[in-house]
Amino acid sequence: MDLHFQGPEASAEERAAVDGVLRDQPAHRDLLLPALHAAQDRFGWVTPGALDYICRRLSVPPAEAHGVVTFYHLLSLEPMPAAMTHVCDDIACRVQGAERLCDELARRLGPEGEGGWKRSPCLGLCERAPAAVVIRAGAAPSAFAVAPASAEAIATEPEEDFTAFRRSVPREGGRLLHRIGRVDPSSLSGYLESGGYAGLRRAIEIGPAAVIGEVSASKLMGRGGAAFPTGRKWEAVARASARPHYVICNADESEPGTFKDRVLMEGDPFAVVEGMTIAGLATGSERGFLYIRGEYPLALRRMAAAIESARAGGWLGRDLQGSGLSFDIEIRRGAGAYICGEETALFNSIEGKRGEPRNKPPFPSEAGVFGKPTLVNNVETLVNIPLILRLGGEAYAKIGTSASTGPKLFCVSGHVERPGVYEVDFGATLGELIAMAGGVTGGRRLRAVLLGGAAGVFVGPDQLAMPLTFEGTRAAAATLGSGVILAFDDSTDLGDILLRIAAFFRDESCGQCVPCRVGTVRQAELLHRLRSGCLIGDLATELALLREIGQVMRDASICGLGQTASSAVESALTALELLAGPEPRS
Amino acid sequence: MIDDSLWFRPPPRPSQTPVAPPRPLIGMVSLTIDGQSVEVAASSTILEACRSIGVEIPTLCYLENLTPVNVCRICVVEVTGARVLVPACSRRVEPGMEIQTDSPRVALARRMVMEFLASSVDLSTAPQALEYARRYGARPERHGAAIETVEQPVKIDNDLYVRDYAKCILCYKCVEACGTDAQNTFAIAVAGRGFDARISTEADVPLPDSACVYCGNCIGVCPTGALMFRSEFEMRESGTWDESRQSKTDTICSYCGVGCTLTLHVQENRIVKVTSPMDVEVTHGNLCIKGRFGFEFVHDDPKEESSPVG
Repeated sequence: MDLHFQGPEASAEERAAVDGVLRDQPAHRDLLLPALHAAQDRFGWVTPGALDYICRRLSVPPAEAHGVVTFYHLLSLEPMPAAMTHVCDDIACRVQGAERLCDELARRLGPEGEGGWKRSPCLGLCERAPAAVVIRAGAAPSAFAVAPASAEAIATEPEEDFTAFRRSVPREGGRLLHRIGRVDPSSLSGYLESGGYAGLRRAIEIGPAAVIGEVSASKLMGRGGAAFPTGRKWEAVARASARPHYVICNADESEPGTFKDRVLMEGDPFAVVEGMTIAGLATGSERGFLYIRGEYPLALRRMAAAIESARAGGWLGRDLQGSGLSFDIEIRRGAGAYICGEETALFNSIEGKRGEPRNKPPFPSEAGVFGKPTLVNNVETLVNIPLILRLGGEAYAKIGTSASTGPKLFCVSGHVERPGVYEVDFGATLGELIAMAGGVTGGRRLRAVLLGGAAGVFVGPDQLAMPLTFEGTRAAAATLGSGVILAFDDSTDLGDILLRIAAFFRDESCGQCVPCRVGTVRQAELLHRLRSGCLIGDLATELALLREIGQVMRDASICGLGQTASSAVESALTALELLAGPEPRS
Repeated sequence: MIDDSLWFRPPPRPSQTPVAPPRPLIGMVSLTIDGQSVEVAASSTILEACRSIGVEIPTLCYLENLTPVNVCRICVVEVTGARVLVPACSRRVEPGMEIQTDSPRVALARRMVMEFLASSVDLSTAPQALEYARRYGARPERHGAAIETVEQPVKIDNDLYVRDYAKCILCYKCVEACGTDAQNTFAIAVAGRGFDARISTEADVPLPDSACVYCGNCIGVCPTGALMFRSEFEMRESGTWDESRQSKTDTICSYCGVGCTLTLHVQENRIVKVTSPMDVEVTHGNLCIKGRFGFEFVHDDPKEESSPVG
């Protein structure tokens, strides 16, 4: 390509930062995001010199690189303070005083941005709300989460102590959570001693076809939100004739209220590696990607360390455990974009393009990352795999109900006594989950529950008997989504929560298709009108317009983001009768 | 030196007269569109199938010469059994598909898409979009006046064309024409995200500092007049632009031997714009800076008479 470069010449420092990550790898476009991260980590922003150097090294047109940098919230083209505190003001943190924290930071440090702090969508630390993530750029960059966060607490990096994870998992035991807080997540031998890699051993023994047979027999459904049968996905990728095949672990957990994948990666990272490795062997893939959101610094460190140890121990790489099979995992860090959790947007992000979703078909099993057959599974889904291989698919399928098999993790947060990740066998009711978490804080009355995250639905306290299974939620026109149970007591300003949800979708829309790009903005504007009482026409006209905005987003958007962007808002109006009273306010 | 170099060895004589390979069989697919049965080639899109029987599908971001991006969503149709509507411009036909192009869901989607565009973008120089807005009954005023729009100052940074992104519906066509679909210059790309997504040069620099080579192929594909010849822009500003008084004349570009067809748009005996027909195989609508903008020499302007050397 005859590209036109005009940026300033990169300084030695800028070149060193970029070269540090590119090293002597072939200069492919898919290294763009890692290279941009390197510049951002070193200087606190992507300097013009570094950007120009990256474009030259990777032969990326500068206009396209500009488009990629401006797509991600965690990358900046403007000078920024070297240390930036990202303060979550999303739903779960909002009901735990996030606004007060923002006010205090504004008072002490100065305005958002230049004061070295920024508002952020959900940081996935809901069980310890309000939360913040501090990212420090420099020669030795660092990043750490602070939760619960306060103006004082964000100044120092908290000590890392794996037993502290127990706070996030209040109930002991469980099939998926048993190691968390109890087995050292940095120790391969600890993992092996606690039953780790038994699943992979069996997988090597029985071979790919039998592994897929077990997974199909387990009737495991994807835990990321779409609930697609995992066995069918594996089979489709294994059968695809094009080569190579890829496995991707979708660890871009960004659905507001969701934190189970973070807890799994921080507390039991080898289980994720084992699940991915089995998936690789079963689908004939030798290369896997772990795409982890940029706001999860501890999970990133834990996963990187686990991959390293697994490689050193012969559990990753060539000829693993003498089986003749090969599989390795590369970590790709997201840079602040909810949409990149959508699998086709994730492919584009890995490929060094803007994280815009692709139209389906073709489906990932046919043409995924780099246009090749790709298996994409959520973290929790993959952590179920070693369990299925240990128990056998048939035995696994006996856990839970007949249509929803296995154990399930729920992220319980908001106004409950003991927020955290709870593991139950499928079949428990919403009321039971809330009771497990100690009930509503302070014994107050429950007003509403947000099920499944911002893309989910609100249900009222009359729905506590709903079984939290795929079939049970479907019957109630609700959704399990990513397993979010966000409880609100009767003091909650639900109108404010709805505005935050609408703002979330407006901010996170990629902007590609018209229904979502404009619809999410019009929806947010309309909710502001309802809240302020400055209606256009009467309430009925406004509500009819809101429903039409919702319908076109649901029907005509390219991807799941737009298709679910009105779900919570519309359910709040119907299930909670928010606007039933004479006052058009909550 | 190798004596019997492979390159100088003649190919062996064929033992029999070569026969042409059999004609490849074109797989055909049967489907129904609005209740009407139709058979089309398996590689067809729904849009092509609809057009083959005269069913009109509106399009904004689609162009025959570009890769479909299916972002405007005006072309959506309802496919029986599909959870959501599907874009006709890019979805391939499948055997037995039942397609409805005018169901209530389709009508609502098209009306809302046009309402969203008309309420956020200046469509005053986009006759096709205005026609769709009218046809599907869009009422952008329902969203009120105090709403976000893409309004912004027009970018005039060179003598050849202007960029008025207040008129941009973000159809991606210009980016495609500047990139691998035509020009391979990559001077522009989509930047930003969500409602702030926009077409931008690298670092948002003015065009003369960018990689732009002024082929104007982006102007050729722009459906809204956001990209416009400077001559047209200035005539519109001064109120002298009048398409009813313009003639279009096809000719061959005189600059080089490629032989591109130019369509000269002439008003009052002056060339005001140059385009190239999409269906001419030499250009497929694309030109270079000389063919697109190098027409001033045919005007017998006194001000142009200064000596070229000096």
